[in-house]
Amino acid sequence: MSDLETQEAFAPGTAPGEGIAFEILGDAEFPTADMSLSIGPAHPATHGVFRIVLEVSGERIKSATPVIGYMHRGFEKLAEHRDFRQIKALVNRHDWLSGFSNELGVALAVEKMLEMEVPDRAQWIRMLMAEWNRILNHLMFVGSYALELGAITPMFYAFREREDIQHLMESATGGRLHFTYNQVGGLKVDLPKGFMRQSHGLSKLLRSRLPDYKDLVLGNEIFQARTKGIGPLPADVGLSIGVSGPTLQATGVAEDSRVTEPYLKYGEIDVHVPVGENGDSFDRFYCLLHRIEASLDIIDQIHDHMPAGPVNQKLPKMVKAPEGATYVRTENPLGQLGYWLESDGGRTPWRLKMRTPSFSNVQAIPYLMQDTLFPDAISILGSVFFVVGDIDR
Amino acid sequence: MMESASVTAEVIVAQAVSIFDVGDGFVLPVLIKLVFVLALFFVLPLVGGYLEHKAMGRMQARRGPVEAGPFGSLQLVADGIKFIQKEDLIPRAADKWVFAIAPGVALVPAMLIFLVLPFGPGVFALDLELGLFYALAASSVSVLGVLMGGWASANKFSLIAGLRAGAQLIAYELPLILAAIAVAVQAGTLSLVGIVEAQANFLIPGTEINLWFVFPQILGFGIFFVAALAELSRPPFDMPIGDSELVFGYMTEYTGIKYAMYMLTEYAGMISMSALTVVLYLGGWQLLPGVPLPGCEAGGGLFDCSPVGVISGVLITIGKIMALVFVMVWFRVAFPRLREDQLQRISWLVLIPLSLLNLAVITVAKVVF
Amino acid sequence: MAATSLPGTGLLKGLGVTIKHLFREPSTQMYPHERPDLAPRTRGVIALMDENCTVCMLCSRECPDWCIYIESHKETVPPAKEGGRARTRNVLDRFAIDFSLCMYCGICVEVCPFDALWWSPEFEYAEYSIDGLLHEMGRLREWMDTVPPPPQLDEGAELPAEVADAIGKVEQERELAAAKEAEAQQAAEAPAEGGGEKAAAGAAPKQAEIHVEAGQIDQETYDALIAEGKSERMARAKAKAAWVKKEKARLRAEQEAERGGAGGGDAAEQPAAAAGDAGDGDAADTGEAADAGAAPAKRRLSDVEVEGDGEIDQETYDALIAEGKSERIARSKAKAAWVKKKKQEQLDQEEGG
Ligand code: SF4
Ligand code: SF4
Repeated sequence: MSDLETQEAFAPGTAPGEGIAFEILGDAEFPTADMSLSIGPAHPATHGVFRIVLEVSGERIKSATPVIGYMHRGFEKLAEHRDFRQIKALVNRHDWLSGFSNELGVALAVEKMLEMEVPDRAQWIRMLMAEWNRILNHLMFVGSYALELGAITPMFYAFREREDIQHLMESATGGRLHFTYNQVGGLKVDLPKGFMRQSHGLSKLLRSRLPDYKDLVLGNEIFQARTKGIGPLPADVGLSIGVSGPTLQATGVAEDSRVTEPYLKYGEIDVHVPVGENGDSFDRFYCLLHRIEASLDIIDQIHDHMPAGPVNQKLPKMVKAPEGATYVRTENPLGQLGYWLESDGGRTPWRLKMRTPSFSNVQAIPYLMQDTLFPDAISILGSVFFVVGDIDR
Repeated sequence: MMESASVTAEVIVAQAVSIFDVGDGFVLPVLIKLVFVLALFFVLPLVGGYLEHKAMGRMQARRGPVEAGPFGSLQLVADGIKFIQKEDLIPRAADKWVFAIAPGVALVPAMLIFLVLPFGPGVFALDLELGLFYALAASSVSVLGVLMGGWASANKFSLIAGLRAGAQLIAYELPLILAAIAVAVQAGTLSLVGIVEAQANFLIPGTEINLWFVFPQILGFGIFFVAALAELSRPPFDMPIGDSELVFGYMTEYTGIKYAMYMLTEYAGMISMSALTVVLYLGGWQLLPGVPLPGCEAGGGLFDCSPVGVISGVLITIGKIMALVFVMVWFRVAFPRLREDQLQRISWLVLIPLSLLNLAVITVAKVVF
Repeated sequence: MAATSLPGTGLLKGLGVTIKHLFREPSTQMYPHERPDLAPRTRGVIALMDENCTVCMLCSRECPDWCIYIESHKETVPPAKEGGRARTRNVLDRFAIDFSLCMYCGICVEVCPFDALWWSPEFEYAEYSIDGLLHEMGRLREWMDTVPPPPQLDEGAELPAEVADAIGKVEQERELAAAKEAEAQQAAEAPAEGGGEKAAAGAAPKQAEIHVEAGQIDQETYDALIAEGKSERMARAKAKAAWVKKEKARLRAEQEAERGGAGGGDAAEQPAAAAGDAGDGDAADTGEAADAGAAPAKRRLSDVEVEGDGEIDQETYDALIAEGKSERIARSKAKAAWVKKKKQEQLDQEEGG
């Protein structure tokens, strides 16, 4: 509706001597009209170009419709014209906060098709990197979610931590976001000297800093008032929508493919999956924060297990996947990432279909935002944890 | 106590002389006072802003500004120059006149409060008999500028922000004033200078121990400070700005100098509300309860001062103001934002009943002792 | 989930966390004033060693966004010896990388079969105009000076084939030397016990840490830096480091001298002396140094640890500036020159004994 109509609806008629009175239009006692409010495509809370159209009555939301596609980059089509080495550089860009985990998925898919045995050491290093990448990703959301609720400080602490982790990962991979460290059959190059020691020290350091987040954010009464009971997602609804990762775990479902369908060497270590109870914003954040702790536990176990040996193997000049198709799913930081890889035997895939966690997670938004207040919409939006590039691909 | 109150009243009449009242003329003192108020108005917010930048930075494991001036102290001046250079955008659909004057409407009342704030012995422009009333009245006008800006921007986010600011003002003006009334009752005057003096002379009944009003009225102090935060839209009550929800609230469409005016209003508001708190509860320019200033004779060691006394008095006041500003910054750093309805609930269900209770207790105590 | 005790404790804890940080050192890196400490593998900019490039076009073909431009022509090389066949070879005319398109994937560096492309961690080449990001051959060649030697690998890593070979050889030598020494010792033990002790002292690992208390400053360095227009603080810090280094070098030289006096058939302990190629001239050539860096077998320039690579060689620097090179390039070259010099000095001292 236009602003003009609003003005009409609220047109004040003055009754002399009686102050301002509202002239009442229509039959209803106090007619108001709904307003449609676009959050995005460029809104601070959407972390990218993502849009939600809200129908609001005052600050109460009648309906919410996510509008996606502003950031569509055609990854699936691009991948059909790239060989596997190039695809690796491509996929660590759809969810730019989980570069390593993304490329890992592609490498695993190709290796599965080739029925290739990856050296043990490579697998353990991949796990180590994937877990550091997970923490890197989660810290970002710990910071940004708090920021969305108006707490500015956790963001800075989170970035301080992220800087340390990025520095660590950079020393091995050369990249800070786009690692391109995997290759079919292993890793590009082994860890540099001193990496394990630093990794160990960093995990200790992070452990000592995690209580700060709990005190500053999780335990804060204002934070709890803003998140407890906001946007509860029942487990069955969550499953039917297809949410995954912390968003699903918050509903009480301990689904995590590191546990339920272990890849790499996750079967050989303990993986703790924190779960929530009510599936509300608080639980989602709770799971996110505790997943960092769980990842640190995993990292410590990896430190104890790390074998010596080669990290890659001799590859043919051009890696070609044999004819056929496969599906590989991994637990990305934000949830289930699946790659459906179909090959006709050529050097490029015939089809690469991505099942990205963010895309499924945002499907829950209309359900969650129904009949909430506008500020709660932000609290919900921030807590379903998505990366816009990962939605649109 | 009744006796002492009447004595106090007499003393006030004798002491409430500004050091700027030089000579017999009219023009000269007025000019000096104007310069004084303007200087305070432009310098103190900068100091407060710098404190905010630095303290916030350090608390967030950063350094804050470092490049502009020594230790980055001229950052806000540099920002000001930048804002002046920026293009002044007015949205096409905006209500142009209202849009243009709104920042001024917010800014001027913030400046007017400085007229009555006492910063030291005799260091004030005016000692109105209704000083407290005037200050609270002036402070609430600023919100009008916010509402106007929110409406005139022709932006839905700004509109929501303006309405939130209005609702917030209504909800928090009441506890603010009720808390302040309790102080006025205890002091027996509405004059801000008089309130400072009353604190210097307030003794615990039956003893010789001097106390500031913050001790008997700790509840009122808390209410006043929280309500002041809400009125200034400082975190955790910054819903009218709410950058993650409302983009930048009522300031979304403002650029350049107008935006700078809103920012200045915010910082000036922080200073003036802190100064009011200092005057009402923290003994004004007294260093510690019962400790006279050096070189001051009259009125419990707070008036008729030598230059040393005046300067130390001013420094003490500003020190206290900055301490309160620091607390505001600290809250901003540590807390997330409340939701609008939660804020209203806190006001109507907690703060207002409590402030009424506070007022009742103080009034009864005043009559009894 | 935390059972909340008193209302408000959460708020107080939040205040506590933030005030705690007020008194901690901030974690800001003062970037333009302090250089970031980037890992050698950092993908900052691509450097080209054009003499290695054979114009095989692999990089250009594999680049996912085709941002490498190569032009070349064929040349006929006269036969090397009388009666031989004339060969043709490709000569590189143009090699350019458009960094406005590059996505820093590293594929080109990875695929180049002739080690002509290298990553350097330098990153300060932002431009006001986008065409400035198209780096031609000359510019790419200049980056070569900033390429650091690759880091040594983790303990658990499998060694590269060449290194493994080299280590095998050294091990053999060591075994031989050890056997010899054992014989010698047996022989020595009989006449006098003192001899054995002496030998042991001689063989004491020379890596023994030399500790030098910081405190004094190296006036020379200090003056030089001040003259260069550096801030006093920086100059002082650097001069201090320089003093410590000099002092260390002096102490080490003394030690060496002592050891030299003590004498000892510790060839195995000091492969550098055994190998005899310590001053290998091209060790400073970064590419070569890279290989050497991974090989613990030979003691070469690259094995000498030099502290504080923040120093620059003033002479080189001035010369380059005079030549009209950019300050950045001059600095990095001068830095390399300094390190090389220092290493050489140290090595000479070590060998002096
Ligand atoms: S790094 Fe990747 S994108 Fe850049 S030039 Fe090399 S291959 Fe091309
Ligand atoms: S791959 Fe290496 S040798 Fe071949 S053209 Fe590229 S830089 Fe030259």
